[in-house]
Amino acid sequence: MTDPLSPLDRPNSYIGRTVPRPNLERLVEGRGTYVSDMTLPRMGHVVFVRSPYAHARILEIDTSVAKQAAGVIAVVTGAELVEQCSPWVGVLSHLKGLKSAPQHAMAVDRVCWQGEAVCAVVANSRAQAEDAAEQVQVRYEELEPVTDMRTALEPHIPVIHPELGDNLAFERSLDAGEVDKAFAEADAVAEAEFVFGRHTGVTLEARAVLADWNPGERRLTVYQGTQAPHMMQNIFAKHLALEEAQVRVVCKDVGGSFGIKVHVYADEMATAALSKRLKRPVKFVADRIESFVTDIHARDHVCKGRIAVKQDGTITAFAIDDLTGIGPYSMYPRTSAIEANQVVNLVGGPYQARNYRARARVVFQNKNVMCQYRAVGHPIACSVTEGLVDLAARAIGMDPLVIRSKNLIRDDAYPTDSPSGLKFEALSHHASLAKLKQMMDYDGLRAEQKRLRQQGIYRGIGIASFIEVTNPSAAFYGVGGARISSQDGVSVRMDATGAIIVQTSLTEQGQGSEALTAQVVASALGVALEKVRVILGDTDNTPYGGGTWASRGAGIGGEAAWQAGKALRMNILKVAGTILQTVPELLDIDQGVVVDKATGRERIGLDEVARITYFRPDTLPADFQAELLATRHYVPRQYPFAFTNGIQASWLEVDTETGFVTLLNHWCVEDCGTIINPQLVDEQIRGGVVQGLGAALFEHCRYDERGQLTNGTMADYLVPMASEMPDIEVGHVVSPTLESELGAKGAGEAGTAGAAAAVANAVNDALDPFDVTITEIPLTPSVILKALGQRSG
Amino acid sequence: MKAYAFDYVRAATLDEALALLERAGDGGKLVAGGQSLVPALNLRLLAPQLLIDIAHLPELRGITCDDTTIHLGAGTRHVELANSPLVAEHLPLLQMAVRHVAHAAIRNRGTLGGNLAHADPASELPACMIALEAVMLVVGPGGERRIDAADFFKGLYETALGPDEILVRISIPRSPAGARFHFNELARRAGDYAMAGLAIAMHGNSPQDMRIRPVFFGIGDRPVLARQAALCLEQAASLQDGLAAAQQALLGDLDPQDDLQADAGTRMQLAQVLLKRGLADLVAQGRG
Amino acid sequence: MDKKVITLTVNGESHRLEVEARTHLADVLRDELALTGTHIGCEHGVCGACTIRVDGAITRACLLLAVQAEGAMIETIEGLSETGEIRDLQDAFRNRNALQCGYCTPAMLITAQDLLLHNPTPDRATIRDHISGNYCRCTGYQAIVDAVDTVAKARQAAGERP
Repeated sequence: MTDPLSPLDRPNSYIGRTVPRPNLERLVEGRGTYVSDMTLPRMGHVVFVRSPYAHARILEIDTSVAKQAAGVIAVVTGAELVEQCSPWVGVLSHLKGLKSAPQHAMAVDRVCWQGEAVCAVVANSRAQAEDAAEQVQVRYEELEPVTDMRTALEPHIPVIHPELGDNLAFERSLDAGEVDKAFAEADAVAEAEFVFGRHTGVTLEARAVLADWNPGERRLTVYQGTQAPHMMQNIFAKHLALEEAQVRVVCKDVGGSFGIKVHVYADEMATAALSKRLKRPVKFVADRIESFVTDIHARDHVCKGRIAVKQDGTITAFAIDDLTGIGPYSMYPRTSAIEANQVVNLVGGPYQARNYRARARVVFQNKNVMCQYRAVGHPIACSVTEGLVDLAARAIGMDPLVIRSKNLIRDDAYPTDSPSGLKFEALSHHASLAKLKQMMDYDGLRAEQKRLRQQGIYRGIGIASFIEVTNPSAAFYGVGGARISSQDGVSVRMDATGAIIVQTSLTEQGQGSEALTAQVVASALGVALEKVRVILGDTDNTPYGGGTWASRGAGIGGEAAWQAGKALRMNILKVAGTILQTVPELLDIDQGVVVDKATGRERIGLDEVARITYFRPDTLPADFQAELLATRHYVPRQYPFAFTNGIQASWLEVDTETGFVTLLNHWCVEDCGTIINPQLVDEQIRGGVVQGLGAALFEHCRYDERGQLTNGTMADYLVPMASEMPDIEVGHVVSPTLESELGAKGAGEAGTAGAAAAVANAVNDALDPFDVTITEIPLTPSVILKALGQRSG
Repeated sequence: MKAYAFDYVRAATLDEALALLERAGDGGKLVAGGQSLVPALNLRLLAPQLLIDIAHLPELRGITCDDTTIHLGAGTRHVELANSPLVAEHLPLLQMAVRHVAHAAIRNRGTLGGNLAHADPASELPACMIALEAVMLVVGPGGERRIDAADFFKGLYETALGPDEILVRISIPRSPAGARFHFNELARRAGDYAMAGLAIAMHGNSPQDMRIRPVFFGIGDRPVLARQAALCLEQAASLQDGLAAAQQALLGDLDPQDDLQADAGTRMQLAQVLLKRGLADLVAQGRG
Repeated sequence: MDKKVITLTVNGESHRLEVEARTHLADVLRDELALTGTHIGCEHGVCGACTIRVDGAITRACLLLAVQAEGAMIETIEGLSETGEIRDLQDAFRNRNALQCGYCTPAMLITAQDLLLHNPTPDRATIRDHISGNYCRCTGYQAIVDAVDTVAKARQAAGERP
């Protein structure tokens, strides 16, 4: 007998197969259970009175009239709720120098952004609570808001938190290699200032939480649309003065997350605190208008970049100076310094150049809080890097694909690292580039572009290589002191009929966690997928673990599921071996039947193994105890992150008279290692690309100089819709991580990482005849017309 | 957000609706399709005391045609405009425009009268009404009034409709044979309100008898008939010959303002491009 | 404000309900009738998540006051699932992974069915146009277009068979 080629090469394996997700049937029938759907007996609805000012002192809150309004259960001010909920400070020790101020569940004496809650009204219905909230009289003394991040550090600008000394939350500098020398010796230097609009996630189901403090059990159950139930369990306990064991977080169906729902929101903490205070269930579902001013925002960077290049195309150095504004508080507990830190880490990441200087500064301002949203930092780093590479190519007259193939890290160079210290196990930039070139028919498009230009039609090709941080180890948050688990746990058990029940610490918000877990366990065990039921999203009923964020589900939770499945298989084979009077090593499981490993001959069904185990243990030897439950945990140790790579291309047309951009096609080749379910990976890529396309063309939280969000409705904040989006072709190169048996890396952010960069480069490529370079997104008609000088009047 | 509390009554006849409206005074608000009103209610931008539902008034229903005129009941839904053979035959401009109004689910309930009375400056149909020289029949306590479309739209969400009046019917002259129409708008996304849009009706071919009505929307606080531009075109030997002067004339005809989506200069540029493309389309139609 | 008594036929069942005039139909379906498959994403008619059928026509349930719907025949995702009318679309969405979080899905299915009822042979651009009022933040839309396209072709093929 020969060894299988890989441990994944199992009988009836589901690894690498497209199978429908088991949880979809209830969703297509409208039978999901989202938090916004839930009701509990005696449940109150909370509505928050929110500050209309970006910065103001609270002089007085008069709740007397509101308390008399119809249906009102309670009216509680921020100052009053301090009794139930202690404040927090969003810092991590490994982000050296990061500072922030204590943030309360509701503002106590001062509001720091438009939309910050100051008072809660709990009533029998949302409408009644809204009616009463209008009766709460708040007197404010308006303070000077800090809104422009470019001037936030200037001496004449007020300091938002005087006790911190200045408005600088975090600064990081890096200087690797010989940057000055490289720029001095370059044949060409290109530079630009890249501007990224603020945007937000717009999950279709707004944030929703239903907290139920039961004084009889002395337990708090929180139904929450969250990506990280165990993290939230810890935080509810810590700030509501409970033991962790007194808190259960349940996460059912979640109407979109994208990183929006992995943070601690003040109003959600307030909701839990109100439940404890009122001793009854309290539900908060953010209204869309309050979502825009309270869901975390992201991006909002201004990044100056320089690139040094030799005439032969060799890129010798990158240098950046990044500035971002994060609102008045660093978010808790993941902090708001991660995005800028990632920008420093990732710029230049796909390339061989060893000379790299970076500075990132993170400043406070009186706008909504900012934190990690899908592809944290990646779109900034990718747009800056790839924008600079195109500028360098133009400076020396080289084709954009050629300059990339000259400079991308060679596919045989691994393991290697980056100037910023990132460790790369195995990437495939060149294989990906070659595949992309073929998929998109690069040469054909260039010919078409040339032909159409003669007819006054301006089309452009934009290329963007990228690397993606996935499978984060404790290096991401844990080492900084946050109680955010980087490991995941999976329990697999066989019930008395031979069916399999899996409990995983992953969560599901649509990515396919449930499906991939079932596929991995079914494959490891050798049972049909239909026999596997997955339970997730419940701190009482799953092993402890991180949840689903930072593209970690398949790589970390998937490996834990694989190991747990294997362990249970061995446990089952031990029982079978005992029954069959053979050694387990000579047996295997195929299609739910124990077989001879060598011949595949069927020996005993799992249902029979289960029957004997549970009902006739008397027939088994006295010294043998069957164990039909196995639990395994997994966390990457060797590499702090499993880097993936990929490359995207955009093909688009710019209407140079109107500034409108039409997306014609988009390609993405990416390498996420072992692919468990090709369809799920492709759809993660496509969904991610479209979020990046939104950033490129549409999405922008626009604030005025007083710190007021001026487009905070769905009608005014534009997200991509079906008509304007292109079909997206997805290709793969497969370089498994050898750190795990499964070999899977993440794929959730690749699409978002590079899409905006590809579009921006394509727009500039299209506008090449006009000698125009635009380094600002979103690329609205106004921005494009302005750059072209095409404005009348 | 949930709307403020209000009372509601469904009127059975026009007279009943008028009486209710008069009695309710400032606190009364009409609702037909509700596709503009209900969002405003849900956002607590409006706080009426009484909503008077005129969706079921027989007087507001129907699309009819006589020798000279098409009559559209104010209660005609967008979807009915889109599907009406009479509209298709006699008012092709409306049919071109109506598919740009929001999305199918909105068009299924939104009404022509509601659209016009709401007077959103970025809305498509008000511009078409001016281009087509529609006449609005409104009924109030003092009886009927007829208002030319050009005089109906007074400003941002403002019309000549009195607070106690109801828009009952829109009458549009049948276009002469050989009339040509053009409709185009520049919206960021399908179904969105346009950054700029243009509806054109023209008839006659020779420079002597050619008449053209280019009406822009999404540019100012109401749809604007570009009179000077039209004059330039009517006086020119051909549409192409008049284009440059007409584009220049738009600087006087239009008064775009800065807003979230675009500044005034961008809007003017878009208007000039729309005019150029519109005329090219009309020329092509003439050849066809 | 006094409540109003209305009668609605919802998924074939007649309901007599007391509602506030200000309450939109989506809230009545969800809160009074526990038909939570009709989702709410914005309450100002933009996101499309509350799309239902009223007297056979797709409608934003958040833009229709329940009192306006007096006497109407309402169909929601629950009803369309039980009658089997959109079974093929549901299967296609599942098989093509044309949903991720699933929040937009009931409305997306109802909107897709509306298209196929009015235009059995839509091209991809037409499909995209018809669903262009329905937000999906997860999929990027392509899988949805694929699923609708598949069903359109399958229905056509089935119709052509003798």
